[in-house]
Amino acid sequence: MDLSIAGILLLDGTTSGAVYALLALALVLVFAVTRVIFIPQGEFVAYGALTLAMLQMGKLPGTVWLLALMALAAAALDAVHALREGHRPARLLRNLAATLAWPAAVTLLACWAAPRQLPLPLQSLLTLAIVTPLGPLVYRLAYQPLADASVLVLLIVSVGVHFALTGLGLLFFGAEGFRNPSFWDERFSLGPLVLSGQTLIIFMVSAALIVGLWLFFGRTLRGKALRATAVNRLGARLMGISTDGAGRWSMGLAAFIGALSGLLIGPTTTMFYDTGFLIGLKGFVAAIFGGLASYPGAAAGALFVGWLESFGSFWASAYKEVIVFTMILPVLLWRSFLHGESDDE
Amino acid sequence: MKHLMKTWLAVAIATLAAHAQADVTIGVSIPLTGPTSALGIPSKNGISLWPSSIGGEKLNVIVLDDATDPTVGVKNTRRFVTEDKVDIIVGSSATPIAIAMSDVAAEAQTVQLTLSPIVLPEGKGAWSFRLPQSTAVMAIPIVEHWKKTGVKTFGFVGYSDAYGEAWLKDITAQATAAGIKSVAVERFARADTSITGQALKLVGANPDAILVAASGSGAAMPHKGLVERGYPKGRIYQTHGAATLDLIRVGGKDVEGSFVSSGPALVAPKLPDSNPSKAIGVRFIEQYEKAFGPKSANQFGAHAYDAAIVLEKIIPMALKKARPGTKEFRAALKDALETAGRIPVSQGVLNYTAADHFGFTPDTGVLLKVTNGDWEVVAR
Repeated sequence: MDLSIAGILLLDGTTSGAVYALLALALVLVFAVTRVIFIPQGEFVAYGALTLAMLQMGKLPGTVWLLALMALAAAALDAVHALREGHRPARLLRNLAATLAWPAAVTLLACWAAPRQLPLPLQSLLTLAIVTPLGPLVYRLAYQPLADASVLVLLIVSVGVHFALTGLGLLFFGAEGFRNPSFWDERFSLGPLVLSGQTLIIFMVSAALIVGLWLFFGRTLRGKALRATAVNRLGARLMGISTDGAGRWSMGLAAFIGALSGLLIGPTTTMFYDTGFLIGLKGFVAAIFGGLASYPGAAAGALFVGWLESFGSFWASAYKEVIVFTMILPVLLWRSFLHGESDDE
Repeated sequence: MKHLMKTWLAVAIATLAAHAQADVTIGVSIPLTGPTSALGIPSKNGISLWPSSIGGEKLNVIVLDDATDPTVGVKNTRRFVTEDKVDIIVGSSATPIAIAMSDVAAEAQTVQLTLSPIVLPEGKGAWSFRLPQSTAVMAIPIVEHWKKTGVKTFGFVGYSDAYGEAWLKDITAQATAAGIKSVAVERFARADTSITGQALKLVGANPDAILVAASGSGAAMPHKGLVERGYPKGRIYQTHGAATLDLIRVGGKDVEGSFVSSGPALVAPKLPDSNPSKAIGVRFIEQYEKAFGPKSANQFGAHAYDAAIVLEKIIPMALKKARPGTKEFRAALKDALETAGRIPVSQGVLNYTAADHFGFTPDTGVLLKVTNGDWEVVAR
């Protein structure tokens, strides 16, 4: 191995690491706010990439119908709940409208736009508009009724949601993979390194998103409410913060980050309906580095996982996954030495 | 007395029923749901093209779903041999299930035609016959092309699973015998997001040719990775798992000029007239696409279609020795398979013997080249 090869591998690892970092941030966010270990995070990556692939082919992606059906189910649950609690009809209607308005608008828009082969950036925005609302709906349908259950119960729910979403992915997109067109085809040479435009976009979007999240949590009321919920659910509720609302927001953000990651890596690899799971798991390994609590820790962990993977695939490609996932063990050991038994923070 | 009457009546009815059902009964267990349904559903389509009778005997085909679960596959097979008293078992399309079924088939002394190229340990599988080609047979056209074009060294990048391992074993054995040396062996997984590390190492070793052992659209990622690292497209070879239009769809211009080893069925119209599979393959594609839409023909449907061609050969042979539904008939079917000699099918030429239950003759594989987004037949 010489310097130029090391440079190429480092760049490759940083590219993967940037995407893992985004997913790790989403996992930390969801876990901090809702105590859910969000295994289905990776499915949103696949949904994002494949929804765009379907739009590229001029077909209506199945995720649109999933969105519509989940919105209807959520509305039905809300209605039953409201009737049981004896809410006034006006309030019930307002709630239903709030649940259904966005999915209905997106569904209609997608039906109109799908056969029209819009330019790539517009299709990407539409993809985000379709996949992002799936997050809050997943929370509403799967997690909200159990919001106060133990971490283990929530983890089991996550496994169930993961299988359901993967199966639906197979139904919507089929067993074969897709590769999306690059957002930017330019290539830059830096000595032996070749930097593609897509790689630059991945770096820039990741950095922008991380800064954006930092501003969101530091400067906005909604972000501060999420942080408050993460620190103390009961206290937040006493201060008038809706923990259900916080849960929906956090999963909405997670779905948005997932779909965006899918758009970012869609042009650099072949995406299958089940590719997301492994990507999500690597994000999870990265999040473990930060103890599922620290955002900078998770981001550093993600870069480390990316490099480990890239050098691992050069030296011993047959054992690459083993190397990456075995790294959890020393990290867990180290963390339990560091924090003893009570590792809540 | 009344009791005895009833018994006699029951026996009489049973005999009548058995007589009426002297058809040839075939039990098919394939994955119509679950992860490998992409293989099972086209197989079912292929079965729907079977003739309704063979050798004057009506075919009674029972299709059950094994849900990609070996336990269900075994349960289905047990039902076939105990309740339905089938003469032949067909399936499964998924390797683990087909392997599990082979034990039941051997125990019940019933011929099993598998729709996946299962590898069984020595001494097992006396009643199992494979319809898809083994990797060893499909490696032949690649190694021959290497010999012809003066390739001295090769690199390998394949799935880190049974498919990749089988290819690595067979290609290494055949290439070594031909004096071609392996210089780099790399693995990857279908869901990997990057192949840069493996591609760097392979291109660094600079072999005369690189074989990619993967399936469908999953085979495109390493291919594009190698091209991105500057490896010439015309020296990359793909296996029959990748011989689908999905490779071209995802690979785009990066797979242009590369070589793919394939069964003959899907390129039948482009084969020379001398190829024994040409007429059958053309007929298969015509019938299949008429029933299931244009561009729908695929190798899984072809394997199931080939099962009927094999049956048309062996059922008349066995009928001369015994009646369907008997133990003797089942044994006669096995004898017929092992002694029938060459049977041309859509995917090549079968020649089962008592020692070889894979059957395909060495001239089965076809080497294709991607030209203008379509297949061009290079050899045979």
